Amino acid sequence: MTKIKQIPAFAGMTKIMNYNVNKKGYYGEFGGAFIPEMLYPNVEELRQNYLKVMAEPSFQKEFDKLLKDYVGRPSPLYFAKRLSEKYNTKIYLKREDLNHTGAHKINNTIGQILIAKRLGKHRIIAETGAGQHGVATATVCALMGLECIVYMGEIDIARQAPNVARMKMLGAKVVPALSGSRTLKDATNEAIRDWINNPVNTHYIIGSAIGPHPYPDMVTKFQSVISEEIKWQLKEQEGRENPDYVVACIGGGSNAAGTYYHYLHEKDVKIIAIEAAGLGVDSGESAATSVLGKEGIIHGCKTLLMQTNDGQITEPYSISAGLDYPGVGPMHAHLCKTGRAEFMAITDDDAMKAGLELCELEGIIPAIESSHALAIFKQKQFKPDDVVVMSLSGRGDKDLNTYINFFNL
Amino acid sequence: MNRINKKLQENKKLLSIYFTAGYPKINDTVSIIQDLEKNGVDMIEIGLPFSDPLADGPTIQASSTQALKNGMTTELLFNQLKDIRKTVDIPLIIMGYFNPMFQYGVEAFCKKCQEIGIDGLIIPDLPVDVYHEEYQVIFEKYGLTNVFLITPQTSEERIRYIDSISNGFIYMVSSASTTGAQSGFGEEQTSYFKRIADMNLKNPQVIGFGISNNDTFTQATKHAKGAIIGSAFVKHVTNEGVDAIDSFVKSILE
Repeated sequence: MTKIKQIPAFAGMTKIMNYNVNKKGYYGEFGGAFIPEMLYPNVEELRQNYLKVMAEPSFQKEFDKLLKDYVGRPSPLYFAKRLSEKYNTKIYLKREDLNHTGAHKINNTIGQILIAKRLGKHRIIAETGAGQHGVATATVCALMGLECIVYMGEIDIARQAPNVARMKMLGAKVVPALSGSRTLKDATNEAIRDWINNPVNTHYIIGSAIGPHPYPDMVTKFQSVISEEIKWQLKEQEGRENPDYVVACIGGGSNAAGTYYHYLHEKDVKIIAIEAAGLGVDSGESAATSVLGKEGIIHGCKTLLMQTNDGQITEPYSISAGLDYPGVGPMHAHLCKTGRAEFMAITDDDAMKAGLELCELEGIIPAIESSHALAIFKQKQFKPDDVVVMSLSGRGDKDLNTYINFFNL
Repeated sequence: MNRINKKLQENKKLLSIYFTAGYPKINDTVSIIQDLEKNGVDMIEIGLPFSDPLADGPTIQASSTQALKNGMTTELLFNQLKDIRKTVDIPLIIMGYFNPMFQYGVEAFCKKCQEIGIDGLIIPDLPVDVYHEEYQVIFEKYGLTNVFLITPQTSEERIRYIDSISNGFIYMVSSASTTGAQSGFGEEQTSYFKRIADMNLKNPQVIGFGISNNDTFTQATKHAKGAIIGSAFVKHVTNEGVDAIDSFVKSILE
């Protein structure tokens, strides 16, 4: 990454809309830092320093080098020929699945660990659902020789055994979250509690574009390397930087944020966000926050959130652990509310079938999260000359068991 | 004058007790409050349970989860408390996380508190600046005291700022921790208590987190106007039942 910058709002629109975070940490009405006072010094330290640190030439040099030599960037922008033929449109896949550790998550953990080091932190904590962010965090901690503690719901530990083993091999301590529903939401609560109890030496690497300001913006900026690369890669292949559509799946929304970032203010680029419908949006077993959520506060930010009428946070459901989160990042809540992004929900069944289809047509086994995005082609008809760029956020190795059980392989 | 301010003027060290509304049984709320007052407690924090209590340790997490399972809601709590001022005189504070209040509507929530005779609110995840800019006017309109937390890491400048917009007491978190995590105070805490006492703030300080017995209560109140006990009381109620409140309060005040 050569430049991390705020992109000015597109000035030609009748109403100038800014999709970036403002000085107070809000995207429109969403965002902010709703944190207990115990967390204030830590979050404030980060807020005051993150942009400064990210602008330092030595930081950028180290970040760029690690992304290139260690993560393997740039990740390819692959024209999916057979998939395009089948759906009669032009589909490009941004191959985040080819990154080291198998997903986009590492773009952010590399960035945050470099910030943590510069802030003098030597103890790293993280939350994880499926284990991808936990593995990405354990990886960079091993790389930097820092202590790593990963909080993971007890239920997720049981169903994601390979990733738990990976984290352990990488030297991380995996702590089960035993409270609440014992999944990602509770792992996040436990990580936040750890940070309250360790206010001086610890940095919390949040894995998604959620949390109190400056996290959503910081994570988005680290992930923005995705759309930065798409621009020049598409220019090489199609002769233009802007596709007609950018598409990504959304749990908390970090890969989506990175995929959209450099297109937020390009009004000719349409943005599509794919949520997990689970067993169906109206089934009671869903994670489609844009449909089922309303404004509320979760994990330190105001955003769209699945909750009871009484303001208690409810349990989402998706076959994909990475999309199984009751909120979306505040940037996405703003994109949804303003209509800048079109939100669609894909069921477990449709996602799984789309995942298998990609295997058969392109020889790529996608993470089930990414399979949700792929299922859009059955639901939405694109024009033959439309250029659709989709983030293939992760690879499916971690999901083999789920695929095996689903298809009786 | 607000009951909290009146109480703070009394020439004694104050014991404040937190309990989770709707725990252990859904209808225990009123009798717990009455018993606490009867046994000489000075002030009560009524915990409005939340699904994701970030600042709380395992004890209060568990009591909150159980209270919600029992069916506790904001509306039900207000119903339970509607006649509380017929029998209880000491200051009552609702302590809870912001989202349930936000969903109820902050103004509607405050209005209801005033109708019932709630004197103040403690909302750990409502930041000082958001309160100051968006909600202070509403709280003041309904005569509610908002109580802010400070910790050993809070800067002097920020403590002064918090003091300037507080109108009751300052909730001093004894150490960097979630609730119920500490046992006993060391030198570090004592010097923090002294440091804050020496700042001569306009609002008195009440210390919470880590107060669990007569010893810690005495240590804390040496340097502050009072102390708040939460997890230790919830634990006591869990183990001994709601009929044993007198023995708990006695053990603290001895």
